[in-house]
Amino acid sequence: MNFSSGKRTLSLARREALWAYAFIAPWTIGFLIFTIGPMLASLFFSFTDYNIIDSPRWIGITNYVNLFHDDLFWHALGVTFKFAVIALPLGMVFSYTIAVLLNSKIKGINIWRTLYFLPSVIAGVAVALLWGRIFDPKFGILNPFLEKFGIQGPGWLSDPQWAITALVIMSLWGGGGNVIIYLAGLQGVPTDLYDAAKVDGATGWQRFRYVTLPMTTPVIFYNLVLGLIGTFQYFTEVYVLTNGAGGPARSTLFYNLYLYQNAFKYFHMGYASTMAWVLFIIVLGLTLLIFRSSELWVYYEGQIKGK
Amino acid sequence: MTSFKNPKADQSRFTGIQAQSLLLKSVTTFILAAGAAIIMIPFLYLLSTSVKDRDQLRQSPPPLIPMAADTVNINGQAEPLYHVTVNGQARDMALIKFRPGGKALFVDPANPDQTFELVIADQVPIKHVEIHFENYPKALQQMKFNKLLLNTLLVTFLGMVGMLFSCSLVAYGFSRFRAPWLNVLFILLLSTIMLPSQVRLIPTYVFFNKLGWVDTLLPLIVPQFFANAYDVFLLRQFFMTIPLELDDAAKIDGASPLQTLMYIIIPQARPALVSVAIFHFLYAWNDFYEPLIYLHSPDHWTLAVGLQTFNALYAVNTNYIMAASAVMILPPIILYFLAQKVFTQGVVFTGIKG
Repeated sequence: MNFSSGKRTLSLARREALWAYAFIAPWTIGFLIFTIGPMLASLFFSFTDYNIIDSPRWIGITNYVNLFHDDLFWHALGVTFKFAVIALPLGMVFSYTIAVLLNSKIKGINIWRTLYFLPSVIAGVAVALLWGRIFDPKFGILNPFLEKFGIQGPGWLSDPQWAITALVIMSLWGGGGNVIIYLAGLQGVPTDLYDAAKVDGATGWQRFRYVTLPMTTPVIFYNLVLGLIGTFQYFTEVYVLTNGAGGPARSTLFYNLYLYQNAFKYFHMGYASTMAWVLFIIVLGLTLLIFRSSELWVYYEGQIKGK
Repeated sequence: MTSFKNPKADQSRFTGIQAQSLLLKSVTTFILAAGAAIIMIPFLYLLSTSVKDRDQLRQSPPPLIPMAADTVNINGQAEPLYHVTVNGQARDMALIKFRPGGKALFVDPANPDQTFELVIADQVPIKHVEIHFENYPKALQQMKFNKLLLNTLLVTFLGMVGMLFSCSLVAYGFSRFRAPWLNVLFILLLSTIMLPSQVRLIPTYVFFNKLGWVDTLLPLIVPQFFANAYDVFLLRQFFMTIPLELDDAAKIDGASPLQTLMYIIIPQARPALVSVAIFHFLYAWNDFYEPLIYLHSPDHWTLAVGLQTFNALYAVNTNYIMAASAVMILPPIILYFLAQKVFTQGVVFTGIKG
């Protein structure tokens, strides 16, 4: 197969391009079958009445109108936002602080790191079941612990007022994945910047405030965007702890759980597709908002160097 | 060499800055230790609960070490033993009957006819450590663990093969070639990381349903052969760090791009491939949403779905649920400790920056 001696010689650039397209073909094909295709199809479904057995029936914007009059939709949106507003900032401050501590030069730091990342590798059903037991007011260990400080613990997962807080606590415990990413960002801060700051007489806090923090804003940004999207995907823990119901008194009916119920419990595939697209638009809007704001607070080294 | 130094000389050079940094290090260590305790306690609770029997589960607050009351046989009944104080005398007696007002009847096992009515709160129950390892085989048998494990391993490892195969090809395509629109396609690829999966969920389900693949493992395995943004990105970042000279040398020797990938890039990129393989294992092992949607009959469940259902049916058997949970988290933990470096040094993540 020696093309160069043939008459219809492919130019080197074209051959290179063909190789490139060939190599990325698995993704391109997958993108068409599993991303773009389904996205367009779910947009179509969102304008139909569809129960998977009968073929979809076009009903215009009825699903959208119904959705805006659906109390549970607004409720689920509220639950999700409430969780996001508490869990996201708290989780970010927590994981960032831990990452800073884990980035210090103390003896046996790798042992500490190993311990702190542990919960993130086992996230899922087993952990949710474990925390379900820990939160149990009578046989769990959280309330007896609080009692030692004279605090009468609430019913946690059985109390509509406290169920979200319980989920937040659980998510903080399992937040090691973000710590890993923050730590990678912290390790990427060039040491000569610290040396320069020391020469200028900066205190430890000043070095953190004016070197570490700005240099790690891209990682904070990354975790913020993915954390936001993750909140709207939040599912496993709440499904496991409430057997898919979102209780007590629907206090943990997250958006994704309500979508799941519509799609796979009631087989309202059209309505669920509408929910999916509304969710997509909300997440897109919020992500763009964060991206816009990032110009104000995210610092990219490359910009200065004239990349 | 250091042994010749005079320790006192070292102390005298102990400046304020050193003292400050020592203080900082101590505070850091202290906070880290406190946090580590918070992280570890749920694990201890998990293990402790998994080896208790029904009676031990009813103890509130639950003791971390599984304890059981010492009992003695009184008239054919096993009654709990207490250290009691009667008339200023310390004796061991059995509690045989509860009485109103927080009191109970106690008897001396040697002389069961003479009863003493005493305040329970003043007496100390006699306990011993009692561990029920048999919970493990019982729980695993009840939830049909072997079948679930086989399904989970199939999904995890076949998916891993597909992911490694497809993502290596795609990452190579994005890291070593110039072609029109390639950059646009790469940005498109990256943007799918931020795409909420729900927006493609339902038609994908309908599609697999039409193929007759619902309630088989295929919807969980086959898509892995079409690459995913996250792993492609990590691999591409790593491939970019492999010197181009190696490619050129291979090219001069007449190697095709495919051969270059197989014999130059892949061997060089082993650490990155191992990392994405581990991440994939953890993801597939713990994944719940997709198995829940696609797998309906118990014979096809993965561990995650099986465990959730086991709990939904037998929630009162907390000991069995915890035993099964402990077994489920064991493989990820073992893998994690074997591959600590991947996590603690975060090699593959550095590409995320900027």
